Amino acid sequence: MAGFDKRVSSYEEALEGLADGMTILAGGFGLCGIPENLIAEIKRRGNRDLTVVSNNCGVDGFGLGLLLEDRQISRMIASYVGENKLFEQQLLNGELEVELTPQGNLAERVRAGGAGIPAFFTATGYGTQVAEGKEVREFDGRNYVLEQAITGDIAIVKGWKADTYGNVIYRHTAKNFNPLMATAGKITVVEVEEIVEAGTLDPAEIHTPGIYVDRLICGTFEKRIEQRTIRA
Amino acid sequence: MALSREQMAKRVASELKDGFYVNLGIGIPTLVANYVPDDISVMLQSENGLLGMGAFPTEEEIDADMINAGKQTVTARTGASIVDSAESFAMIRGGHIDLTVLGAFEVDVQGNIASWMVPGKLVKGMGGAMDLVAGADNIIVTMTHASKTGESKLLSKCNLPLTGAGCIKRVLTDLAYLEIENGTFILKERAPGVSVEEIAEKTGGPLIVPDHVPEMAV
Repeated sequence: MAGFDKRVSSYEEALEGLADGMTILAGGFGLCGIPENLIAEIKRRGNRDLTVVSNNCGVDGFGLGLLLEDRQISRMIASYVGENKLFEQQLLNGELEVELTPQGNLAERVRAGGAGIPAFFTATGYGTQVAEGKEVREFDGRNYVLEQAITGDIAIVKGWKADTYGNVIYRHTAKNFNPLMATAGKITVVEVEEIVEAGTLDPAEIHTPGIYVDRLICGTFEKRIEQRTIRA
Repeated sequence: MALSREQMAKRVASELKDGFYVNLGIGIPTLVANYVPDDISVMLQSENGLLGMGAFPTEEEIDADMINAGKQTVTARTGASIVDSAESFAMIRGGHIDLTVLGAFEVDVQGNIASWMVPGKLVKGMGGAMDLVAGADNIIVTMTHASKTGESKLLSKCNLPLTGAGCIKRVLTDLAYLEIENGTFILKERAPGVSVEEIAEKTGGPLIVPDHVPEMAV
């Protein structure tokens, strides 16, 4: 009996059931806190026609950029893209469709999705292209745009530590979108640097409670740095 | 003389108050952090989830899990906290940031700002800019007064797609500090040695010039 033990024994098992045409929610900001091994496994599996929801799309040859190489992504929902040439090329060729969403709206849409809230009003984007075709309503003399929640078939998340029950802690700014994505996947898969016995972590320090986590795996990470900046 | 990027940053820094939580955009706004007066303390918010951004790390301190919104490696200062992206934007959306400084391509007399896309050029995305301009009450836009080809960036109506509508009240350019009120720019300060006439000539929208326009202290 596995009970609350969320551990799986391989990356193959971690992404079992991922099929063509599905929507994937991916944690990470730039290359910080990205589920790099799960992304590599999606590339190995070769699933196609994927919709990917993530703030960015990696770089050429790393992170979500890997999934562009075999044209596995057909649609991307993101706030900032184009750090990769392949992305630009596929966008211009019409092979890739992109929905640009303000970063805060992206975060809140996923948060809402995980929390069972179908839509919310926000001032962000009012009067801009982002609001085109969307309902606008006035509250207390200010205009707000109706934004719809986002959920996905599979969420891929990078944590720092987890216990065997799938209670997850993130490290520093590698938190970013990860806890949000974790709440909004029909299946949520978390990869971490270390798995400890349940009961070892302080319950008050947990960022993502195990209720959101379906599968848990321990991996090793390259953690590539996008802008290496040091002080003199 | 037109202000240098550093002088613009210094002028903006004079708007900082002790205890302010501040979000600085990419470019000139980032430089503002270098001119925080010694006698005050401010907390810099980086919208990827770091409230209390510190200096760049030393070689030994570099940590791939510690970056700012520009994806640069950074450190956290004393009293910092780290949150997820929804919480980070709740601070912004909820109006908790005391001052936001960001760059722009164009600003108009209705307080509209265009800063994220140029049609015909590759669009990379708005990142957090639309959330920042809609969420903050106190925003200073920093940009050059005119483009390299001499066209004014202060207009009656923005030509480029908007980042936000009716949200900008203060603009610092390399030539002047202006405020926006009731559909017009108001000239508040001029860069040292820059004439009112030059500013008026390079401003593309209605401009009110008070009798006395002081030179900026930079």
